[in-house]
Amino acid sequence: MLRDITLGQYYQADSCLHRLDPRVKLIGTLAYVISLFLFKNITVYVIAAVFLWSVIKLSKVPFSFMVKGLKPVIMILLLTVVCNMLFTPGTSVISFWKITITYEGLKMAFFMTIRFIMLIVGSTIMTLTTTPNQLTDGLESLLAPLNKIKVPVHEVAMMMAIALRFIPILMEETDKIMKAQIARGADFESGNIIKRVKAMLPLLIPLFVSAFRRANDLAMAMEARCYRGGAGRTKMKPLIYKISDKKALVCVGIYMAVLIAGGILGNRLPI
Amino acid sequence: MAIIVNKLNYNYNDGGKTTQVLKDISVVIPDGQFLGIIGHTGSGKSTFVQHLNGLLKAGSGTVYYNGEDISDKDYDLKKLRSKVGLVFQYPEHQLFEVDVFKDVCFGPRNLGLEEKKVQLRAFAALKQVGVPEELFYASPFELSGGQKRRVAIAGVLAMEPEVLILDEPTAGLDPKGRDELLEQLAKLQKEREITIILVSHSMEDMANYAERILVMDQGSIVLDGTPKEVFAHDKELEEMGLASPQVTYIMKELKKRGFSVEEKVTTIEEAKKEILNSFKRKVAGC
Amino acid sequence: MEMIKIKNLIHEYIRRDEEENVVDIKRAVDDISIDVKPGEFVAILGHNGSGKSTLAKHINALLYPGEGTVWVNGMDTSAEENLWKVRESAGMVFQNPDNQIIGSVVEEDVGFGPENMGVPTEEIWQRVEESLKAVGMWQYRKKSPNRLSGGQKQRVAIAGVVAMHPKCIILDEATAMLDPSGRKEVLRAVRALNMVEEVTIIHITHYMEEVIYADKVFVMDQGKVVMEGTPKEIFSQVEKLQKLRLDVPQVTLLAHELKKAGVPIEDGILTIDELMEQLDKRK
Repeated sequence: MLRDITLGQYYQADSCLHRLDPRVKLIGTLAYVISLFLFKNITVYVIAAVFLWSVIKLSKVPFSFMVKGLKPVIMILLLTVVCNMLFTPGTSVISFWKITITYEGLKMAFFMTIRFIMLIVGSTIMTLTTTPNQLTDGLESLLAPLNKIKVPVHEVAMMMAIALRFIPILMEETDKIMKAQIARGADFESGNIIKRVKAMLPLLIPLFVSAFRRANDLAMAMEARCYRGGAGRTKMKPLIYKISDKKALVCVGIYMAVLIAGGILGNRLPI
Repeated sequence: MAIIVNKLNYNYNDGGKTTQVLKDISVVIPDGQFLGIIGHTGSGKSTFVQHLNGLLKAGSGTVYYNGEDISDKDYDLKKLRSKVGLVFQYPEHQLFEVDVFKDVCFGPRNLGLEEKKVQLRAFAALKQVGVPEELFYASPFELSGGQKRRVAIAGVLAMEPEVLILDEPTAGLDPKGRDELLEQLAKLQKEREITIILVSHSMEDMANYAERILVMDQGSIVLDGTPKEVFAHDKELEEMGLASPQVTYIMKELKKRGFSVEEKVTTIEEAKKEILNSFKRKVAGC
Repeated sequence: MEMIKIKNLIHEYIRRDEEENVVDIKRAVDDISIDVKPGEFVAILGHNGSGKSTLAKHINALLYPGEGTVWVNGMDTSAEENLWKVRESAGMVFQNPDNQIIGSVVEEDVGFGPENMGVPTEEIWQRVEESLKAVGMWQYRKKSPNRLSGGQKQRVAIAGVVAMHPKCIILDEATAMLDPSGRKEVLRAVRALNMVEEVTIIHITHYMEEVIYADKVFVMDQGKVVMEGTPKEIFSQVEKLQKLRLDVPQVTLLAHELKKAGVPIEDGILTIDELMEQLDKRK
């Protein structure tokens, strides 16, 4: 199941979205996320859905690939839906035993689900079309002003890049250690909470030992390749705004404008 | 009895693409055999051995252990895993306890044995793999690479399996560590009469220790026989990115050059005998 | 001038308890002197724990001498002002391919070293292209390292070092975790660099079949150099190698066994052809 998470993965393809400046993609994603929370009516979601759909088409990432990434979050999604349905007061629609489902609850759950799915898909697109290194470069560049207040922006970005690179490796390792311990009769699935937490130790301790060993090795390898922090470093892929990036920013701006207009109009509709 | 694999298939799904990792594998592994499995990386050999103790579920086909289908709903997989021990590649990465002895106790304790029995087994297993007693209470993380690996193997051995599968147990060891480990495995097979299944890249090790070799390529078993039989197919092996031991090539070359020697030779000892005999025959013939 | 000159090098690992008292001293490198000329392919053999990796780390200034001196391209590694120059001159490839690749895309990883050195952007791209082509990994430049085989990952790691334009590359058991075909790939790439670009290579390994092409071989045991010479000279001493529990190529071993049984064969046979030449005389 761990392997199915597409959030944070990169999908190799050649699309205009892949070629965009990571800063544009970060800003665009931020704008999109904000847009989802500005209003709560159908019109807005339709506009956002159209925008999302065209971005997915542009990205050349197969839709089925993204849907697979949604599977692991479905549990969380179901939980929010159920909570919303049960605990929102309002006009009752169905009522049995001590449970009442209200019209407002259904509406709330419906909007929550849509918002959540669109949120995940939207941010997944950014990570799918941007290599982790570009992403961290983008963040580093956008957060550069923080350097003035002594935030080690380069170091934080480097840490992020390394973390992203090692996630798949450590996931594979978890799988292997888990299997090795099962082969030694370990049981990760039965028993109460305390028993289960205890059963995790034979998995977690080797995993941490391995992570530290890898960290040690990597630090040595980086030092051998003359890494000495951000100062004096040049960039292989410096970030420069191209015409296409400016166009993309304009598109995001237009999208926001349309959405806000739609939102205001939509609020006047009866739904 | 023993392990019978019948038409085993296994598919792996990765990002929408399905690859067939195992194709129609059928094989009988009798009790007490020293079986070698060789194949290029990605030939499916690691996936195959994980089916033998139920860590992976077959897509189709059946694995029988002692006559019972291990995919049956009420088959006790935990018991199977105590009978069919599996030592993964770089097994030292699974060590986790504060001392060596406790770590080896983990397996037998999971079997629900009484404490005294657990400790006796751990003690015996550590002795069998040649870990000296003064290391029993050392932290497993402070041992050398070779010692760590022995402790990890003892951890599986302490479950007293009838079949011991080892996936590349000598990877990363130096020649000394490798030879010692393989000797110990051969001794175990003889003394405790357990089946040993050894997955390895080293043709020389296979020639020296295995009674029978399975060669896997792209998910199928393509060759199955004694080392002599298998290594006679050096051309096919090369096409799969493998090779026969160097000594087999030497004998082939000699034969080509008109020496009267048997070419199906896989160890130095045999080669030496063959060459000396051919010289003797020549002297006698003159 | 020597590419690398090591004189009376001693390195000790000292373990201390919580009160900083010395508990244990292990001498990993014990009075070693070695010279390596520019363009040479040198192999260092020995068991795990023989001190060969410790020696390697000295050449890259990842460790400093306890006693003695190490010069890389004429620079004393213990002088702090030489640190980065030393590391640029002597690149290092490590054992575990996963733990030395920093980039999430092959080309970005190869560019990491030049970036650190402050090489201008345009030149970084040139260097990345050259180095990936030199190790035969150019067509994989856009791939994620996680999708590569062990041998391919190591070749990327080598390209990452080559892009720093070092005069010398140290492979610290870089083939130990690879399968036979991966080992061949890596060795082929390294030999090409040595012959075409005349990069000095120091190859640390315990696989005997990898050293037969070396110009010079050092055998280490317990922190000391115990044998030194051409591969032929080293493999002439089969019994000594066996005593050190090191492997000998099968053809060398067979020739040695035949000789012991009275067949007149030269010492130090390294290839099947050489053995055939010797045996043909007896036909």
